[in-house]
Formats: sequence, C-alpha cells, structure tokens
Amino acid sequence: MSICISTYCSIRNNQIKLNGEALLTKGVEVPFNEFIKSAYDLNASPYLKFFKMDDLCKLAFITSEFLLKNRKLSEQYGAENVSLLFANTSSSLDTDINYYNTVKDFASPSLFVYTLPNIMLGEISIRNKFKGENAFFVFDNFQADFLCNYATQLIREQKAKTVVIGWVELLNENYEAFLCLAEETPNGTELTNENLNKYYNG
Amino acid sequence: MKIVFAAQGNIISSMGFTAEENFSAMEQGRTGIQKITREDFLSFSFYASLVDDGKLNKKFSALGNHLNYTRLEEIFILSIADVIEKSGVDVKSENTLLIISTTKGNINLLEEENYGGFSEKRLLLAKMASEITRYFGMKNYPLVVSNACISGVLAIITAQRLIYSGQYDNVIVSGGDLVSEFTLSGFNSFKALSDEPCKPYDAARKGITLGEGCGTLLLTSNERLLNINDKKIKVAGGSVSNDANHISGPSRTGEELALAVSNAMKEAECGSAIDFISAHGTATAFNDEMESKAFSVAGLQNVPLNSMKGFFGHTLGAAGVIEAVVTLETMKRNVLLPSQGFQNSGVSEQLNIITQREKREVNTSLKTASGFGGCNAAVIFKSI
Repeated sequence: MSICISTYCSIRNNQIKLNGEALLTKGVEVPFNEFIKSAYDLNASPYLKFFKMDDLCKLAFITSEFLLKNRKLSEQYGAENVSLLFANTSSSLDTDINYYNTVKDFASPSLFVYTLPNIMLGEISIRNKFKGENAFFVFDNFQADFLCNYATQLIREQKAKTVVIGWVELLNENYEAFLCLAEETPNGTELTNENLNKYYNG
Repeated sequence: MKIVFAAQGNIISSMGFTAEENFSAMEQGRTGIQKITREDFLSFSFYASLVDDGKLNKKFSALGNHLNYTRLEEIFILSIADVIEKSGVDVKSENTLLIISTTKGNINLLEEENYGGFSEKRLLLAKMASEITRYFGMKNYPLVVSNACISGVLAIITAQRLIYSGQYDNVIVSGGDLVSEFTLSGFNSFKALSDEPCKPYDAARKGITLGEGCGTLLLTSNERLLNINDKKIKVAGGSVSNDANHISGPSRTGEELALAVSNAMKEAECGSAIDFISAHGTATAFNDEMESKAFSVAGLQNVPLNSMKGFFGHTLGAAGVIEAVVTLETMKRNVLLPSQGFQNSGVSEQLNIITQREKREVNTSLKTASGFGGCNAAVIFKSI
C-alpha cells in the first residue's frame, strides 16, 4: 500500500482549514490570543493544560486537535507506532524573548520550560498518548522534500506506522501552522514532495 | 545494506580542544567543572564547565575574524575544522551534509547590547548553521536538530538514516551550546542547579551542573576515511521515544526510555551483548531514578555504566555528541572511565556504575539521552 496524506489542517491568517475546508475565520485585526481561544472553544472538549501553554504550543495543539479529531491513532496503531516529525524557522524564539524579559526581575520557570521547540511534541504526545519517534528540525522555510523523505523512511523501515508531519511557526504575532497525517491507506493523496507542497500552500 | 561508520571526532570543552585532550584529562581524573563567579550570569557563585576564552580566541584567530562569528559559531568552526583535517572528508562535496545539534544556539546575543554587534537574525538556528556551512564552503544547506537534551543523539540517529537512505555519503554531526544567563537563570528558576559539582546517580546528588562546548563526529559510508589503525565502529541502531507523561518531568516507570533502548538493540542485532552504557545521568533526582528503572526494564542493570556530566557538566545540545565521541574513544582504547562524582547509589534499581578506570574490551556500546518534552533517544555503536 502506498503512503498517503490522509488528512491535513492549516491555521494561518486567523483561519482554520481542515482538508481545504474553512472551519473558522476571524478578521485579521483579531489578536492571536483571542483567535486561538475561539479555536479552542470551537473544538469543544475541555483540556485545561491548554491554558498553561505558550503561544507556539497552543497553535500546535489546536491544529493537532482539529487534525486528529475522530481518530484514535494510539489505539489503532499502538502508542509506540505513532510518530511526530515537526519543524519551523524560529524555534521557540518568541517565548525565549518573553522568558528573558522576566530574568532581571523574577525568572519564570513556567515560561522557561517552553523555551524548547520540541515541547510542542511533548504536549501533543501527552494529549494523545503518542510514544513513538519524535523529532524537531529547524529550517529557513518549509522543506517538503526533507519532511516527505524522513516520514516515508520511518514508515518503510517500520519505525512508525503513521507520522504526524508538522510545520508550526510563531514569532511576534506572525504565525502559521500546517499539520498532516501520513499513513498507509488506500484513501488519500500519495505522500510526495509535490503533494506535500501543494497542501502546505493550499 | 550500507554500513555507517563512526569516523573521527572532536570535543571542545573546558578540558581541551581535541577528543584526545579531553579523554586524557578524564583518564587522569580531572574534571572541567569549576566554581565560577560571573555576576552577569547569576548573582551568586555557581559550578559550571566553561570553555577558556583566551584559548578560544587564540585558536580561532588562525581560522577567521572574530568580528564575523559569534562565540558559539567560533567553537563550532574550530571543532568541525579539526574533524575535517583529521579525516580528509570532502567537505565541499554534494555528498557531504552538516547537521547542527543545539538547543539554544546564539541565545547569549539576547543578553548583549545590540546583539553583540550581530544581526538579530543570528538568533535563528538555521541562520547560525548556514554561517558555519558558508565558512567551510559546503554545498548542502545544513540540517538543524533542536530537540532538547536528546538533540545530539537524535542528530547521530538522523545522520545514520540519511546515509542509509542514500541521500549522503558523509554527515558531519556537530553539537554545541553555551552556558549563558539564559540557561543558568532558567535551570535555577526550576531549582535544578546543584550548589556543588553534580553527582549523577549518587545518594547525595543535588541537581545539574551546566557545561558548554561542542562535540563533532563524522559519520560516513566511506571506509577509506577511517584512521587505518583505529577499531572500525559502526552506528548499528538508533531509536527515539516519548514518555507522553509530563513536559518537564520524566516517566515514572522508565518504560519509554527502555522502549527506545530495546528498539535500538533490535536494529543493531546485538542480542543483549552490551559492553558499556554511556547514560544521560543529569544528577537530578527524577531523571537518574527514571534511568535506573529503564535500564532495569531493558535487562541492562549489570552493564558497566557511566554519566559524563561530572566531567563536562550538562552541555545540552552538545551532550549527546560529546558523550558519543568519548564513547567511541572508550571503544577504541578499551578503557572504561569512572562516573565522576559518584560514590553511593541513590537510585532504586541496581546499576553497575563504573567507579574506577578499567582496561576492558569494549565492542558494543549504548548511548542514551532523555530530555524536556518527555523525549528519549538511544543509539548503539558496534565494532566490526
């Protein structure tokens, strides 16, 4: 069976799109915090850890909630077979700056813990009980070829049965999230460099 | 299937600027950890392992202009240059990739006025990495791994996979991080800093000691790049897992680290024949306890084990690579090094912690790491 993109979700310009269909749209004047809270409210199931997260994790978390709604990947594939492969440009710099601004006064441990980009993977893993391979890479811009090759290799070499591929970027109110699910399924678009780019740009 | 050889390595730390200098210092029982007073970092004295600025400036002057590179970039360049020189790897080839492993990169620029005279963009990890590839005239865009304290081990695993997949013949993995006000204040805010040199697995351990430096390791499918007299060692297996438990505390059972270990051992086809474990051993109460459970679950409680944090401190994104380079030296020299700072066991499961230097045949080694975000990684090196 070929490895396919079975579902994909993006959040940018205050709009959430799942498989190309808009689920929530807010005016561009709405600040990120307000927008992401409405996205949380729309998604229904309460999860109090959300309110402790930094903006980058909130963004990644909400995108994953929409992407994985109605799926129980840990039950379907086994927790150790669900993999997370994420990347972005600014690492955790947005929170790094916020944290560093607290240092002279009273260094904030609750901010410091978010000064690592892979905390996103931790939050999503905790929420969904994912225990498989996880990796975070940093690029200048979205690198479909690397992500596509790496995810394909994880599945082909039986290191994972499914891979959540993610690009989650946030710095100074500029943000963008794109997540997709790669798995062996007859129902989807083949995971290729071109298709990944197409969905990312769509 | 291709073989991915672990070729030449370099370490830059407070103990030296080559792998050999560092290993010799460790063999003599020296540690890089010292009491430091730096009021720009912390308002009180602390223990850390810092790279000597005078030596760094002197060595880098021979390679480039200080005005063009940040302190961390200079350390990276010196470390990578040593590996290139010793291996003769064609650094400008399309078949050669650089992987940079770091948690915080140039974060110290935040602490300096006007970013120390550098562009704000230097805070971006990919920008920092591309300055390094540009210095060496490398064709391929660098890959940056930033996955907390498993970054270095994950970078080695990623390199192995990229060579297996046929995308590259040579991957230079270089891990580096600095001690800064940023990291010190952060771990201090967590009450995780020890007020004496760290004591991994010890009953009296009080937390971590930070360190800075860089480790660089060449991985290659090209056997001719290996030193002719060295033991031939391959990267035989690697695996990563997540605890799915807590973002800043480890698993309660150690099962997830054990999962990464057993997956790596399966890939390495080494049965249970591990001769040496270079463990993570940060000297926090919870981490070391979790590791003892994990090694017990994996059936490795009798394998000689050390943590190198008592020598280098915790060098964050550099740790996995630095400790892998020492592990490879351990295998080449057949010398086990003691776990610096350890006296009496303070973990609930039995571990075979090395207490003195010992000559012993070491042909298969396991290197592990765990970090914030609940991540765990394991890699196996095997002589052939």
